[in-house]
Amino acid sequence: MQIKENSTVYDVCVVGSGAGGGMAAKTLTEAGAKVVVLEAGPMFNSAEGAMFKWPYQSPRRGAPTHRPFGEFDAAYGGWDIEGEPYTTVGDTKFRWFRSRMLGGRTNHWGRISLRFGPKDFRRKSNDGLGDDWPISYDDIKPYYDKVDKLVGVFGANFPKDLKLDNEPDGIFLPPPKPRAYELLVKKTCDELKIPVLPSRLSILTRPHNGRPACHYCSQCGRSCSTHSNFSSPSVLIPPAQATGNLTLITNAMAREVLTNEEGLATGVSYVNKDDNMEYTVKAKAVVLAASSCETARLMLNSRSSRHPNGLGNSSGMVGRYLMDSTGASRAGLIPQMMDGIAYNEDGVGGMHMYMPWWIDNKKAKLDFPRGYHIEFGGGRRMPGYGVFGNFHTYNGFVSANRRENPDPKRTGGYGQQLKEDYKKYYGAIVGFSGRGEPVASYDNYCEIDPGKVDQWGIPVLRFNFKWSEHEVKQAKHMQDTFEEIIEGMGGTPLGEKPGADRDYGLLAPGEIIHEVGVARMGDDPKKSPVNKYCQSHGCKNVFVADGSSLVTNADKNPTWTILALSMRTSEYLIDQKKKGNV
Amino acid sequence: MENSKINRRDSLKIIGFTSLAGLVWTTGCETKETAETHEHAHNTDDSLKLSEGDKKLMNEQFFTDAEMKTVTALSALIIPADDKAGGAVEAGTPEFIEFMMKDQPRHQTGMRGGLHWLDAQCNRQFGKPFAECSEDQQKAMLDQIAYPGSAKPEMSQGVNFFNNFRDFVATGFFTSKIGIEYLEYMGNRATVWQGSPQEVLDRLGVSYDMVKQYEFA
Repeated sequence: MQIKENSTVYDVCVVGSGAGGGMAAKTLTEAGAKVVVLEAGPMFNSAEGAMFKWPYQSPRRGAPTHRPFGEFDAAYGGWDIEGEPYTTVGDTKFRWFRSRMLGGRTNHWGRISLRFGPKDFRRKSNDGLGDDWPISYDDIKPYYDKVDKLVGVFGANFPKDLKLDNEPDGIFLPPPKPRAYELLVKKTCDELKIPVLPSRLSILTRPHNGRPACHYCSQCGRSCSTHSNFSSPSVLIPPAQATGNLTLITNAMAREVLTNEEGLATGVSYVNKDDNMEYTVKAKAVVLAASSCETARLMLNSRSSRHPNGLGNSSGMVGRYLMDSTGASRAGLIPQMMDGIAYNEDGVGGMHMYMPWWIDNKKAKLDFPRGYHIEFGGGRRMPGYGVFGNFHTYNGFVSANRRENPDPKRTGGYGQQLKEDYKKYYGAIVGFSGRGEPVASYDNYCEIDPGKVDQWGIPVLRFNFKWSEHEVKQAKHMQDTFEEIIEGMGGTPLGEKPGADRDYGLLAPGEIIHEVGVARMGDDPKKSPVNKYCQSHGCKNVFVADGSSLVTNADKNPTWTILALSMRTSEYLIDQKKKGNV
Repeated sequence: MENSKINRRDSLKIIGFTSLAGLVWTTGCETKETAETHEHAHNTDDSLKLSEGDKKLMNEQFFTDAEMKTVTALSALIIPADDKAGGAVEAGTPEFIEFMMKDQPRHQTGMRGGLHWLDAQCNRQFGKPFAECSEDQQKAMLDQIAYPGSAKPEMSQGVNFFNNFRDFVATGFFTSKIGIEYLEYMGNRATVWQGSPQEVLDRLGVSYDMVKQYEFA
């Protein structure tokens, strides 16, 4: 097969255009570097999403036939993509979400924008498990500050008397007022000593850096036509393009990083999905931000005499310490919210309040390390596909005391009574989800499957992953907490409480879509593929700028940390360039 | 960016509203909203949008005419029209279920088999298939499968079918324009969020004094 070579030598080739790749492209081009970005999916403009679409505008009413989060969701892709398989070993249940489009998963994420706190970088020192980071909160804080100011995030600094000292202050736009039911949750949680606080989402409640404020349609996941929330194509790609230094190549599926005799990177080869031809781009440095596991795949697939185990993988640590957030959920029917008063309760596309981790595991003598935060939502949302599903399992619970003894004649049903029941119960359900920190393990990893390739002949990943008792016990704590809150609100938890046989409802790894850690940073080249600036120990002109460098996956969603680290790595790359070290 | 210095009024234009309609709420307007910020508006284009693939599915037929009669009769019985709103049939639910059978073929066997089961039961009890039974006979049949908590064990397959069918009807009805209006869902429009109305707060026994230490947007 003929390989088409582009003769331009770029300063940097960035693989991926999501949070990490977009930030690298912006920072590098604004510093004057000529940058080429390879994106595996098509172009995407947030203004073209399905915002304001009613379910009846589609014959499938938003059903998730083609997209896992429903047909109006902005993410092109999913856990299963035709022609792009991956495999698992033994009873591994890992599921790998990919979003193939400009901006990747930033187009549909929950906009939950949390900084990791000081303790998150020092977990081993605290509980003896896993490893500490080679950097501290003070190293990353200036970058979090810059990300807050650049992107815009609403929230509030928490009252100091709550002693939530692992939840750093930020530079916030004012948060939206809580919805009434969110205050009801707070009222109950105040009694349970669980803090319910203004959430921190990258949605603009004031005009910010040329982008207008939110218009409160609650559909952030469909992408925003006014660019009032954060996505890479709304916030990072346009300023990079404005410099004139950005070359963007879409539908470009990276195959491997090319290296010379000295083992230094010289560019990247890729398949153009439009014509199925092989291409190469030359660059003086390469930044991998392809989404953690895809970055590991690229490194492992880039083998040469100088890098026999894969690019910068003499440690054998590329692919190791794969993590995802823990996740478990429960919903409750709240009789006080039944027969609700009609009003527009949409608000922003997400929760206005949430609960950060509130317990000191040691002092409280919990039987698991690390914590979780709670996200919650419900109320009078736009009805969508699946609305009132399994109604027959709860419409007999007209009040909490009917839980043990629902009226069999009234559960399920049909006709006028059912129709009125639906209306009575609409808006009376609140769902709670825990998102927690796992303990990183050497034995959770991805590797190249020796026997399988994707449709372009690129060897695919094989996953090895098992939750440990730490994560399972954490999920049990989540379930007990959710039940306590729901019952405290006078409500009835729906469905059966998941027990030990179901790992307390702990979702399969990969399902929270926070997979990180497969090229973790560290000072010791034998234990970590990249240094504290996310620069490859074994190949000094290769950097990672996505979630792959994370040493721990805190009880906070990783995007804000990916953005901050990508900015920091990009500034370091510029500095090293100026000093002639790269 | 091109749209620098944009204000909220402009942003509503970008979204494509042709009208900045006046008050739409019947409740909740007593809050301190000013005329400037009170710009509730509808998305004016709510027509059906069909992709080529969807058109192809629409042209295929899954249910036989006899099955469609049963599906329609069941839909009308599950969510009937009343003096407040149309029912599942008026909301296009039978057509929605027909589409979903082709869009997600994994439902086909359970659906077709369930309709057969229903006809077989009606033949046994009333000597004719469900669609040809009188309304009283149809209701007598549904009474045996619509209440999982009290149904007889020999009806379990019918109960499962009906639970599933009821869920399809609920989605079909409540994702329709009629159903959304019946529920009084009032969102999916550009607005300025200023908190929940006082009467909603009062109903739940909460107040913004609970969070008075924060400055909100």
